[in-house]
Amino acid sequence: MPSAATSSSDANLAIKFDRVHLGFEEGDILRGVSFAVQERETLVLLGETGTGKTLSLKLAAGLLRPSEGNIQVLGRDISSMPERDLLAFRRQIGFVFQEGALFDSMTVGDNVAYRLLEDKMKDEEIEPRVREVLRFVELEHTIDLVPPELSGGMRRRVSIARALINQPPIVLYDSPTAGLDPVTSQTIITLILRLRDVYGVTALLATQRLQDGFALANFRFDAATKRVVHNTSNGTAAAADRIAATRFLVLREGGVYFEGEPEELAETKDEYLKRFLV
Amino acid sequence: MADTPLQVAGREEKAEPQITVAGVLVNGLKGAVSNVQDYAILCGRTLYAIVTPPFYIQDILQQMDSIGAGSLPIILLCGFFIGAVMVLQTGSQFTRFGQSSLTGDVVAIALVRELGPSLSGLLVTGRCATGIASELGSMLVTEQVDAMRAMGTDPIRKLVAPRTIATLLTLPLLTAMIDFTGLLGGCVASVFSLRLSAIEFWRRAIDALDFADIMQGFTKPIFFAFILATIGCYKGLTVRGGTQGVGRATTQAAVLSSVLIIVADAFLTKVALFLADKLF
Repeated sequence: MPSAATSSSDANLAIKFDRVHLGFEEGDILRGVSFAVQERETLVLLGETGTGKTLSLKLAAGLLRPSEGNIQVLGRDISSMPERDLLAFRRQIGFVFQEGALFDSMTVGDNVAYRLLEDKMKDEEIEPRVREVLRFVELEHTIDLVPPELSGGMRRRVSIARALINQPPIVLYDSPTAGLDPVTSQTIITLILRLRDVYGVTALLATQRLQDGFALANFRFDAATKRVVHNTSNGTAAAADRIAATRFLVLREGGVYFEGEPEELAETKDEYLKRFLV
Repeated sequence: MADTPLQVAGREEKAEPQITVAGVLVNGLKGAVSNVQDYAILCGRTLYAIVTPPFYIQDILQQMDSIGAGSLPIILLCGFFIGAVMVLQTGSQFTRFGQSSLTGDVVAIALVRELGPSLSGLLVTGRCATGIASELGSMLVTEQVDAMRAMGTDPIRKLVAPRTIATLLTLPLLTAMIDFTGLLGGCVASVFSLRLSAIEFWRRAIDALDFADIMQGFTKPIFFAFILATIGCYKGLTVRGGTQGVGRATTQAAVLSSVLIIVADAFLTKVALFLADKLF
């Protein structure tokens, strides 16, 4: 199967999975998964339902521990890190859950401010930061609403705002556009582009929608014009232009089936991969 | 052939595992031991979180309001009528022997030693252990617990410890309230049914109680509170199977905490009587 080797040195790796296994009572879900994500890079995880995309994200955040293999995030081995250290370490990672996972009993403002409130930051410092990230996701007016009053798309955007509040270097997205209409999906993808191109975050994005991955590869957010424009290059040339590269990784039956550039996936002759392109 | 682009055709069929009686028993036993181990770990981590910072004072106060103040109406109402029923049941027997004045003694001892703690434990279980299990279970299935962990918060400290502390602080107070309203109900029933004077009832009720009874009556709720809060949290945080699982966990929390409270009551009574003999 095609598999692109990671060319850059380990020093620039934000996330590295090394022969990771993960099993439950029902059997092994991941069987020796290895991949790496460079700093400022976006890796799109594709795969059918049940192939371990969400589990891979949870492993990268240290929410699950691998049964074998090890995982390095920002140069630290998190597979054997004690939970107490992991709690502190996770503050460097933003996680956007599939359905938002907002705290229903709190207002949007308190949800977004959660990390800052936990850090006992002063109210007068919290409010401007919360308003700033809510403005970034264009939801400043919802600050006093509670999550049940929001639509599905708004909940995802608040979830993105919550993940952004302390400007983490890595953001993990779990099917951020699943179940949303095309217009709302486009809004979410634009936000992810802005995050990547304005803040330079490294991203691991699990999705079943190939068009989301290609949108990330083919477009970029132009900070000067504040518009999404066609990306003229990807990969090495893009990195030189400070435009993050986007790569794809396809999971199948517990392993990595494909890893490579968008062009390789688009031009694939593999029958299984072609199904994603239909 | 696959129907959609994302379905896989030609996947190898897995052989169905053989089910045997011995296999089912062994798996059941393993599951039970694993559950006890997980519960013990949760209890240990909860006790550690109760005595070490950070403390979530705001959450503790909120839970005290929900568990303590929220349970007060049912505690007061049930206590009053339990006391009244006890007088009606025992009074008729005492009257046959011309000893109806003993009713106050019996009601006081039974309520303070036994009925007050166990009834308040069971009532609060019905109202709060189920509430805790369903609330935490819903948070778990909607990934709110994972979100909390992802943002660097320990769910044991944030969710379990405040509920346990709040129950530990409020259940003894609710027990005092159920004891008082039980005696009040008993007094009303004595006056109107047995024609005893209220002063006589209260005098005998208070005289019948000694320090060992009070100690027993207020030690038990501490254990019951720990049981109902931790079982509620444990069942909530181990929900499997989505919203259906939340319903199942809620029922299991109510049943398991009620059974454990009654079992613990038997052992605590034996220990309390032994200590009362030795110390008082």
